[in-house]
Amino acid sequence: MNKFVTVCILLLWPMALAADEMKMAVTTSFANSGLAEILLPAIADDLGLNVQLLIVGTGQALKLGEAGDVDAVLVHSRAAEDAFVAAGFGTHRREIMYNDFVIIGPSGDPAGAHMATAATEAFARIAEATAPFVSRGDDSGTHKMELGIWTATGIEPAGDWYRAVGQGMGAALNTAAGMDAYILADRASWLNFGNKAGLGIVFEGDPALFNLYAYIPVNPSRHPHVNSKAAVQLEDWLTGPRAKALIEGYRIEGQQLFRFSAVEK
Amino acid sequence: MVGPILPLRAESIRVARGGKTLLGPLSLEIAGEGVTIVLGPNGSGKTTLLRALHGLERLREGAVRWAVPEPETRSQQAFVFQAPILMRRSVVDSIAYPLLLDGLLRGEARARAADAAEAVGLGGRLALQATDLSGGEKQKLAIARALVRRPQILFLDEPCANLDGRATREIEAILATVREQGTRIVMSTHNVGQARRMADEAVFLFDGRLIDGGKASDFFDTPQTPEARAHLQGDLFP
Amino acid sequence: MNDILTGMIEAVRLILTLDPTLIEISLRSLEVTVSATLIASAIGLPLGAWLAINRFRARRAVIALLNALMGLPPVVVGLLVYVMLSRSGPLGVLGLLFTTKAMIIAQVIIITPIIASISHQAIRELWAAYHDLLISLNTTRWQRIKALLWDGRRALLTASLAGFGRAIGEVGAIMIVGGNIDNATRVLTTAIALETGKGNFALALALGFILIALAIAVNLALHLLSKTERNSLW
Ligand SMILES: Nc1ncnc2c1ncn2[C@@H]1O[C@H](COP(=O)(O)OP(=O)(O)O)[C@@H](O)[C@H]1O
Ligand SMILES: [Mg+2]
Repeated sequence: MNKFVTVCILLLWPMALAADEMKMAVTTSFANSGLAEILLPAIADDLGLNVQLLIVGTGQALKLGEAGDVDAVLVHSRAAEDAFVAAGFGTHRREIMYNDFVIIGPSGDPAGAHMATAATEAFARIAEATAPFVSRGDDSGTHKMELGIWTATGIEPAGDWYRAVGQGMGAALNTAAGMDAYILADRASWLNFGNKAGLGIVFEGDPALFNLYAYIPVNPSRHPHVNSKAAVQLEDWLTGPRAKALIEGYRIEGQQLFRFSAVEK
Repeated sequence: MVGPILPLRAESIRVARGGKTLLGPLSLEIAGEGVTIVLGPNGSGKTTLLRALHGLERLREGAVRWAVPEPETRSQQAFVFQAPILMRRSVVDSIAYPLLLDGLLRGEARARAADAAEAVGLGGRLALQATDLSGGEKQKLAIARALVRRPQILFLDEPCANLDGRATREIEAILATVREQGTRIVMSTHNVGQARRMADEAVFLFDGRLIDGGKASDFFDTPQTPEARAHLQGDLFP
Repeated sequence: MNDILTGMIEAVRLILTLDPTLIEISLRSLEVTVSATLIASAIGLPLGAWLAINRFRARRAVIALLNALMGLPPVVVGLLVYVMLSRSGPLGVLGLLFTTKAMIIAQVIIITPIIASISHQAIRELWAAYHDLLISLNTTRWQRIKALLWDGRRALLTASLAGFGRAIGEVGAIMIVGGNIDNATRVLTTAIALETGKGNFALALALGFILIALAIAVNLALHLLSKTERNSLW
């Protein structure tokens, strides 16, 4: 029996890890873009830093930072970010890059969203036609962007046609594909999505759909255990030339997804 | 070492369940050497009496007293149940089990268990699973397991009730040897022939009460009660 | 149907090419679930035996509690462990959130009631059979538990395997407390959820098939082991 317990303890507490590591909460849309798979190995090479990604919605990402469960966050929801920093949970906010959102819909586009000249108009047409629309409904950056557009149209989205699924981008896209619905998605997630079924891009290009990613280190004076040294190193790297080249050079199906927008301090 | 635990005295003991008296009140003394046979028809309380003496039944009244404090007698008593209770182990490990409880090392326990198995004629069955034995062999295994701690007193509850003539004779022979080696035996049976062959002393139960008994020669020749007389003659009760 | 076929083909390809990511997450699945099963067994098996042989006042309440805990949704367990282990929670100083240890803790909480409950049933039957003998042999309480656990080991193996099966296929709790971090806490089930989310059904299915194969392999291996033991007892 004693031996047994010892074995259990050994299994539970393996040797401490050697390399420096930090945890960063990122949004589903960023993870789905596939850019992380390019950046993380380069970071490990350049800094000897093992960055562990927690892939969640913007809301949860900020919660994780607030609780001190991660060392930094990389999110895209301006108002929430400002509130986060103002409340002292993060030290500061640093823009890194942006990509854009697209409106996805059934290829027949029954609501005629493709004829719109602005994102708000496209949404209004969908609501008018009461065509099925899938919302993330999970407090994510994408969800907040979607709600912002609805507010701008002055329409309160409600009814049978409006389906809030409360899931990540991929699951929401799966749902939209299953019911031939409209959905707002970030371009990267859309391009990487494997189950497009009868869906396609029905509207894109409105600057209102641009999606700005910002990096916020968690405040070490609130959470002394955070690896702020690594967080600073990572910030320098993400805003540096190597990151710029990798971000701007990243393409899916020939399309550039991200534009680097960090400014020197 | 524990000193002699006998005599054993049951003083006005009564066992009841749900308000119904199953046994007693009765008093009884087990002393000296030899074999005491508990006799009586089915349902007369033989099993209950043996279990009460061994400490397996809660007494409503009275007490069972030994020559030494009861906790010291525990390792000196052994019990063979009517339907042998078999562990999910091999023959040798089943017999070794009580020795392991006493803190013996596995190797020594098995060696002594093998001797005990040999003594009851199970020497060739050591590695077999206990549950794979024949009926007679199962009962022999239970006897070997009971004897392996060399108890001063051995209780047996109708050990031959479900056995054929040959297995019965073998078990009687084993018990005769045990008796000669000085172990006190208290055994129930409803088989009058077996009682005559084995008893030094007899106790006759009827309807939960001890109504007859004494030295074997006296009891079998001149039973004092009509119930005992009828039972010894093989009469059926209404 | 097409997805299932491509999934199977993909599964075979991943296994044949010894895909390093696949091997890594499979080994992590095993590490987490085997550890959880061992710990939960060390707690649940004696607990089940204890409940089977002891009559105490709170016994019925404890059994009812166990049965209730068996039905506890893993997500709720995950959430509770998460809240406890979060840096701002009571056990935050341990820094266990988003590690395999947190996943093991969650799985232990999920499967201990299952293991305890099944072993309780099995040991209760064995105890009914052994009761008079073990009392007659003047065994201590701990000796009784040991004998029942040892002689009931095949039934108990089944209890542990039921726990293992539940844990290896569990996703809700370990997703929450482990975070599904690549190279750190990603296991088969969370990878399946992730790939499904990306719409990569073939890969998700392939991982699913591998998960099933792994569970079957562990079960078969243990049953074979316990059989051979039966024939070489002495
Ligand atoms: N658990 C029990 N509950 C109620 N009555 C019982 C129980 N066990 C035995 N009895 C009764 O007690 C009496 C004595 O039984 P027992 O000692 O087994 O007799 P014997 O061994 O002489 O056949 C019988 O009338 C039997 O029906
Ligand atoms: Mg009887």
